[in-house]
Amino acid sequence: MSDALLKIKGMSHYFGGLKAVSNFDFEVPEGVIYGLIGPNGSGKTTTFNLITGIYTPTEGSITFDGSEIKGMKPYKIVHRGIARTFQNLRIFSNLSVIDNIRVARHFTVRSSLASSLLRLPGFKAEEKAIRQEAMHLLEIMHLEDRSEEKAKNLPYGELRRLEIARALATRPKLVLLDEPAAGMNPKEVADLMELIVRVRNEFKVTVFLIEHHMKVVMGICERIKVIDFGETIAEGLPEAVGKDPKVLEAYLGKRGA
Amino acid sequence: MGNLKLPRMLIATAAFWAVVSILNATGILNGYFMIIINRSLIFVILAVSLNLINGITGQFSLGHMGFAAVGAYVSGSITTLIFKLSPDTLAGNGIFVVAIVIGGLAAGFVGFLIGFPSLRLKGDYLAIMTLGFGEIIRTILNNIDAVGGPRGLLGIPKFSNFTVIVAFAFLTIAILRNLVQSSHGRAMLSIRENELAAELAGVDTTRYKVLGFIIGAFFAGVAGGLLAHLLQIAHPTQYGFYASALVLIMVYAGGMGSLTGSVIAAFTLTFLTEGLRVGIDWLKDTVGLPVGTEWTMVIYAILLILIMLFRTEGLMGMREAKILIIAEETK
Amino acid sequence: MGSIINAQQIVNGLQLGSIYALIALGYTMVYGIVRLINFAHGDFYMLGAYAAYGAFFVFNSFMPISGPLAFIVLVIAMGGGGAIALLANRFAYKPLRYKPKLSSLVTAIGVSMFLEYFFSALPVIGPSPRGFPEIIPKQMYTFLGAEISNYVVIDIAVAAILMISLTFLIQRTALGRAMRAVSQDKDAAKLMGIDVERIISWTFLIGGAFAGAAGLLAGMTYPRIQPYMGILPGLKAFIAAVLGGIGNVPGAVLGAYIMGLAETFANAYNSLLGEGIAFVILILVLLVRPTGILGEKVADKI
Repeated sequence: MSDALLKIKGMSHYFGGLKAVSNFDFEVPEGVIYGLIGPNGSGKTTTFNLITGIYTPTEGSITFDGSEIKGMKPYKIVHRGIARTFQNLRIFSNLSVIDNIRVARHFTVRSSLASSLLRLPGFKAEEKAIRQEAMHLLEIMHLEDRSEEKAKNLPYGELRRLEIARALATRPKLVLLDEPAAGMNPKEVADLMELIVRVRNEFKVTVFLIEHHMKVVMGICERIKVIDFGETIAEGLPEAVGKDPKVLEAYLGKRGA
Repeated sequence: MGNLKLPRMLIATAAFWAVVSILNATGILNGYFMIIINRSLIFVILAVSLNLINGITGQFSLGHMGFAAVGAYVSGSITTLIFKLSPDTLAGNGIFVVAIVIGGLAAGFVGFLIGFPSLRLKGDYLAIMTLGFGEIIRTILNNIDAVGGPRGLLGIPKFSNFTVIVAFAFLTIAILRNLVQSSHGRAMLSIRENELAAELAGVDTTRYKVLGFIIGAFFAGVAGGLLAHLLQIAHPTQYGFYASALVLIMVYAGGMGSLTGSVIAAFTLTFLTEGLRVGIDWLKDTVGLPVGTEWTMVIYAILLILIMLFRTEGLMGMREAKILIIAEETK
Repeated sequence: MGSIINAQQIVNGLQLGSIYALIALGYTMVYGIVRLINFAHGDFYMLGAYAAYGAFFVFNSFMPISGPLAFIVLVIAMGGGGAIALLANRFAYKPLRYKPKLSSLVTAIGVSMFLEYFFSALPVIGPSPRGFPEIIPKQMYTFLGAEISNYVVIDIAVAAILMISLTFLIQRTALGRAMRAVSQDKDAAKLMGIDVERIISWTFLIGGAFAGAAGLLAGMTYPRIQPYMGILPGLKAFIAAVLGGIGNVPGAVLGAYIMGLAETFANAYNSLLGEGIAFVILILVLLVRPTGILGEKVADKI
């Protein structure tokens, strides 16, 4: 598995003296749907924040697509091909749905500022291409009818899809989904699972998700890692992890799920 | 077609220019009115450029007039001290326009100097930092004897006229409109909406925040240059904190993020200032009440508080008039 | 440097620092509790000076110049500053408590503008400066080569007494405990049965009263008052609070004395530097250590 897309070695992070993540090792192979589960406060979101550069790990290395990304600024990591969604939605509420997507396409724009201000032909062609690409993404997410609506007027389930679409608009190789099923009803959860699989297949991306929802994790993840108190307690295929006594005790046992 | 829309705005501006010019030539609008209209247009430039920083990029500047001061003094020094220009010559007018742009560039450079270190700060801290910078600029001007120190830069030739000011106001609005409705502008808007999400959508937030400061400061500098060549003086007290606060009131009254709102508010409040002045003079001279011009600012202060308490989104919210929206080709 | 840093300048710096400290305390307490930079705080100081001015003439009409008269004037100055702070909080800041932070800041700018221009507009006060009366007869002493007036002693002593009382109040009383709790965590304090709005009102009242006292001291010391007199001292005291670590009470005092000394020395060196030193300090602090000397780092929650 030397060709893993994302490789994390010995990653630890402390807040003040508090240990949030301790000596993590990960290998996320290309093309899989990878699940990270663990009780609240076990360091899941911190792991995402470390990978995306919001925090820089105190120790360890993060290799993505063959090069070290630790210490890079978040937007540069996005340019390298890692996109994410947030546990608590972070939508551009006052922008239209399509503009939410177009923002994520902005960094590939070649038109200079001057060309944009004067609206030269090259600028217009580029804007048109961006618009078409954004509309295409919205169609996949069944949001095409909402494209001109202000994002804040969308219901919760659609906002979750919009955030996934925005992540995909950066043309990522790896998508990090932070509790994508949070707050959804069973029907929406089923649709979401189907959507994640479809996204992986159509966009040829690797998916790395954090989830509480065991049905989602067991249903679509091809590899699972279970953590508790910042440490790994199990890792492997869903069937094996699901039977691991340590997992049952630390996670399933406590929550009675 | 999208490119048909720019002429529409151009036509509207040209019509405004023509109507006002004709009314002025026929004596219906006297010189007094023209002064108010010219002032309004300069405040339009100030308000929309502050709106770029505060309303569109979501930063907060309390020192906008500091940038205007840089433009006023730099352009004024070029026309008055270096070239000793006269408004009668064509070449003089050409150099004047160049001087205004250079004043804008100087202000933009100061915007860069201020924007860059300020970026680590947010909200109220940023407000204080920009206020501090604005005051430093004013203190420095107060102490440079070459530009008159506390007396101000005097004897600036009167180059600013209605036509020049309309042209600059039009260009400012058109350029900012084009900016906001481009990928670069959307990157700025996304910072206002959610900085972290913007960064994780690949936006180099630092770069765009600085860019917002630079562009906003550039146009403030242009406005300062125009004002100096209208009033024929650049004085440190014109560019203090309360002048910046007045522009801020315009931005809030019109609606943070709405260029249309800033334009309307700049006109309305400039005329209101003048109306209040006339009203106060009448109360003082005719009715004999002991009232002073301070009441104008009292009313503005109350207006600002009322807006914040009861209508934070201002007149327009974040909406734009149709004429400022570029239709997109959807197919 | 000997000509700049000498006993005289140190005394002047400490005197100025005492006045800044009384203003800075209000900034920092209000910020600590409601996270608002109360732009109008400098105007509470101005109001205290005018309240003192008015009180002096009213009471002096039937009382001789004396210690008791000076005390009455001080109480009225503090009452005036405190009352206006309470009113501003009730009518301008309270309705915006749970709105975005910048709304309150902009409102505070409005309140500040209102107070300054309203006072200038009122015919009984007016925009022009007024000379401040000698509430206590001025006496000069020479000490270690420095000319020291009894006003220096009064300024420093009044500030010290008020600051010691404040420390006692914060550390030893139920109100102080509640204030500390609210500044730590408003929601938790509410759950503990603390009436948060009442604590906020007390904070404004105390902060305003301190600013009012500073207004009286400044009026006596630099005997000229006018409606805009609060702008610059207000800003400088605010910067002092930031320098010490905004929200931190000892920090505000420390920052204020550093500011008073720095400004006095800078002024002796060059008047331009004297005018600008406060803003230079502000920018340096914000760039190098935005949390201030004694402030603690606040982690952003993502």
